[in-house]
Amino acid sequence: MNTTQERVAAGPNASAAVWAQRLWPWVLGAGVVVVMPVIFTSSYAITLMSHMGVMIVFALSYNMLLGNTGLLSFGHAVYFGLGAYTAMHVLRYIQATGFGLPIELIPLVGALAGLFFGIIFGSVSTRRAGVVFAMISLGIGEMVHASAHIFTGFFGGEAGLFGNRTVPSSLFGVDYGPGIAVYYLVMVWTLLAAVAMYLLRQTPLGWMANAVRDNPERAQFVGYSPQMVRFFQFALAATFAGLAGGLYVLVDEIVTDETVGMIQSGTVLLSAYIGGIGSFFGPVLGAILVVFLEGELSDITDAWLLYFGLLFVLVVMFAPQGIFGVLTQQFFAWRAGSWRGSLGPRLYGVASLVVAAIGVVAVIEMAYHYFRHWNPAEPMALFIFEVTVTGPMPWAVALTVAVAGLAAYVGHARPMLRRAMGGGGR
Amino acid sequence: MLEVIAFSLLNGLLYGMLLFMLSSGLTLIFGMMGVLNFAHASFYMLGAYFAYTMGLYTGFWVALFLAPVLVALLGAMVERYGLRRVHQHGHVPELLFTFGLAYVIEELVRLFWGNIPMNYRMPEALNFPLFTLFGTSYPAFRVFMLVVAVVMFVGLYLLLKKTRAGLIIQGSLSRPDIVSALGHNVPQAFMWVFAFGTGLAALGGVIGGIHFVTEPGMAFMMGPIVFVVVVLGGLGSIQGALIASILIGVLQTFALSVDWSLAALGAYFGYAVPPDHFFATLWYMDSTRLAPILPYILLVLMLIFRPRGLMGKRET
Amino acid sequence: MSARTALALKGVTKNFGRAEIIRGVDLEIRENERHVVIGPNGAGKSTLFHLISGRLQASSGSIQLFGREIDGLPPHRINRMGLSRSFQVTNLFQNMTVMENLRCALLWSQGHKYAFWKRVTSQQGVTQRAEELLERLHLSEKRDVPASLLSYAEQRALEIGATIASGAQVLLLDEPTAGMSRTEADDMVELIREITTDCTLVLVEHDLGVVFNLADRISVLVYGEIIASDTPEAVRANAAVQEAYLGTEAH
Repeated sequence: MNTTQERVAAGPNASAAVWAQRLWPWVLGAGVVVVMPVIFTSSYAITLMSHMGVMIVFALSYNMLLGNTGLLSFGHAVYFGLGAYTAMHVLRYIQATGFGLPIELIPLVGALAGLFFGIIFGSVSTRRAGVVFAMISLGIGEMVHASAHIFTGFFGGEAGLFGNRTVPSSLFGVDYGPGIAVYYLVMVWTLLAAVAMYLLRQTPLGWMANAVRDNPERAQFVGYSPQMVRFFQFALAATFAGLAGGLYVLVDEIVTDETVGMIQSGTVLLSAYIGGIGSFFGPVLGAILVVFLEGELSDITDAWLLYFGLLFVLVVMFAPQGIFGVLTQQFFAWRAGSWRGSLGPRLYGVASLVVAAIGVVAVIEMAYHYFRHWNPAEPMALFIFEVTVTGPMPWAVALTVAVAGLAAYVGHARPMLRRAMGGGGR
Repeated sequence: MLEVIAFSLLNGLLYGMLLFMLSSGLTLIFGMMGVLNFAHASFYMLGAYFAYTMGLYTGFWVALFLAPVLVALLGAMVERYGLRRVHQHGHVPELLFTFGLAYVIEELVRLFWGNIPMNYRMPEALNFPLFTLFGTSYPAFRVFMLVVAVVMFVGLYLLLKKTRAGLIIQGSLSRPDIVSALGHNVPQAFMWVFAFGTGLAALGGVIGGIHFVTEPGMAFMMGPIVFVVVVLGGLGSIQGALIASILIGVLQTFALSVDWSLAALGAYFGYAVPPDHFFATLWYMDSTRLAPILPYILLVLMLIFRPRGLMGKRET
Repeated sequence: MSARTALALKGVTKNFGRAEIIRGVDLEIRENERHVVIGPNGAGKSTLFHLISGRLQASSGSIQLFGREIDGLPPHRINRMGLSRSFQVTNLFQNMTVMENLRCALLWSQGHKYAFWKRVTSQQGVTQRAEELLERLHLSEKRDVPASLLSYAEQRALEIGATIASGAQVLLLDEPTAGMSRTEADDMVELIREITTDCTLVLVEHDLGVVFNLADRISVLVYGEIIASDTPEAVRANAAVQEAYLGTEAH
């Protein structure tokens, strides 16, 4: 019975099985964290993974707003950036005066700054949800970003601020010069923050955040002020965003005004949404994916921002539950046996979409070569081919592939899939 | 001093009217469809680029009409095949969709036209000083901008007040639920309103692209200001949008052209701010540096004290 | 019947623009009575409920709950002072299960407020009360079903459950039997009887069978005014009521 299971889980004598069920994603996560730097040893990879940790905390904090409370923010980077700047100032203060704050606790400075600004800006912006909240968050974001050019004393002007993470003392006597040491420090904080945010969802505040998101009126009639619920969630989310900012300082040792800017706010929104705001682990996946793409895709192609935008628009249009949402849906469907009898059409559908995607990518890549290369007539490498984009042939082939793939999906695979699924249901 | 005031007023009015071209379309779209079109400034940018490229072949005057129409058709397609699909999930996904669209449009513009500013110039026919004020000549093109904006405002006003379609639009600005009850084909009406709004933005772009610079960052520079205007004016209020546009236009232009600071203001009233004052940076900040932040300060103040905006009738 | 006044309205009016919906309502509801408000469509019954529960603000007049002024307070403040309401259109947390809905309804009254340092499911007090409510609402078997998947009657029952969960002394129920079949309505009345033994109950109701079955006193609201407020027998006999309401609608 569900009842007894919940009672057991809630009590202090929770059985081992329940604990195992509850803990395995975390143990798995910790395992991955430990193993990854053993596999990918380059300092570039270590830095990339540290950035993933920072982004995971940031995206999870964002989802406290969007996923849990239904607040769409276009200015969440404000708390990330201000947390980062404050942490940087403390780091520089330590450098200058030998103040004894250990480096492991510097992210907490960021968190406190996030909380501070979250309380200030949250008190004026959480009165309303929906579009109005979105606009206020945008306004505050622009205001803070514009301030960065005015208060150059705090924001360090164009060049930003530098710090040196090896100066402060360490609680555990670790030398944080090498990236790997910082990686582990970041990951410990990431895990702690993730667990904290996970547990927050199960508290009265977390529940009422969902309640306010779905039905603010009913929430009022069970005694809760929607504004207060939003405010508390907002302040907490800002705290974790500030923590992420503090971690960022330790990884990069430089802060510029970009950290409070629109692009950073947009990136965290994209990360959380592409991953999936409906589940806790969606933003984690999104953060990993986005940081990876930012780092890798930008090396391979000039069009990576376009792909990024297209991916986001496609997710909004066709998979609002996000990539993680789609994966879990498919997983549960598979476990419930609804893949049986529709495996063929499913594979066919995926294959046709992949073909279409290849065609589209080819067109975009060739377009970039044609419009942006100093000499379009120079042959370009496309997948395994070498093509000259000034002739019509490659365009015709790429367009045909794209259209054929799409047509096969819309005209053939999708109806087939619907029939197969409908048949399976009967 | 008088000279500065006169020119600031004139230029502020000009900038304000340009803002109004963008914000009126945004207000229309928001008022009717409830969609806060994040990509609105992107259509403004497309207007500028389209007009530039078209102008190379057809000349400015044809492009002035053709570019907005083309952008409007593009807007109709975006509504029909994108927004309408997302509409069923609610307003937040709509906002997200237009947000992603803004990204995509910017990247496409960078793809086709590159990162560097375009050499988009005013037509020769308007490239002469129209009159001289305080010994400084005033370019004819600016007056032309003003004329276009005024014509647009009058046209919009007549459309809204005197035609049946306008009455429906007006009705739906205050009571969106009523229009569907009237039995009008709402999805199609939405499509044309969206197209119309983006067309207005594009018209602003055709002119603004000359007045400012036509480059891929122009949308993200203009976008947030237009939001501020729409909120300040009151969501869904055309008159409010006009007042707010001019207010912000004049205010920013003044802040840029008058070299003042809070400390100077203090000195005027007989209070000398000590240079080592804790907030000295704030006191001695000259107004030119404060100009970009002014609209957002106004926005936050407005939302605290009068969340419905200047002329807004309803709080959304 | 106790003599204490639970809810007192004095000269309450409400305009929407020029339209006067409520035109000077005086109403006294005593503690522990079951008071039904009836009236033809458009008489302002739902508006009256919105005014009392704080969803709308009165244009003039005073509304007191146990002697304390509540007009102008936001709904959640009124709720915390011991007044709870249900809605005519089912208004639940649709994505949450039955149990979760009940827990949410209990959190504030059990003193958990905006706590973010304890787990909801670890709060024995909340769990126990919610389980009890499940039993009393006859929804134990639907415990983990999302509210959106319940039958209409079950949703209505849950709506009532969420309303009484906080242990409010005064309950406003807006047409609890609307849209129900005869038997469903009878079950609902029986349920309301069972679970509201020691609180003050104010109902809006259309179904006259329900009205005379349940009411201690009846108020008749016509065009924003109360034309009678008395025992069921007296209201039945009241000529003005017969003309204005029963005479036209009860045929």
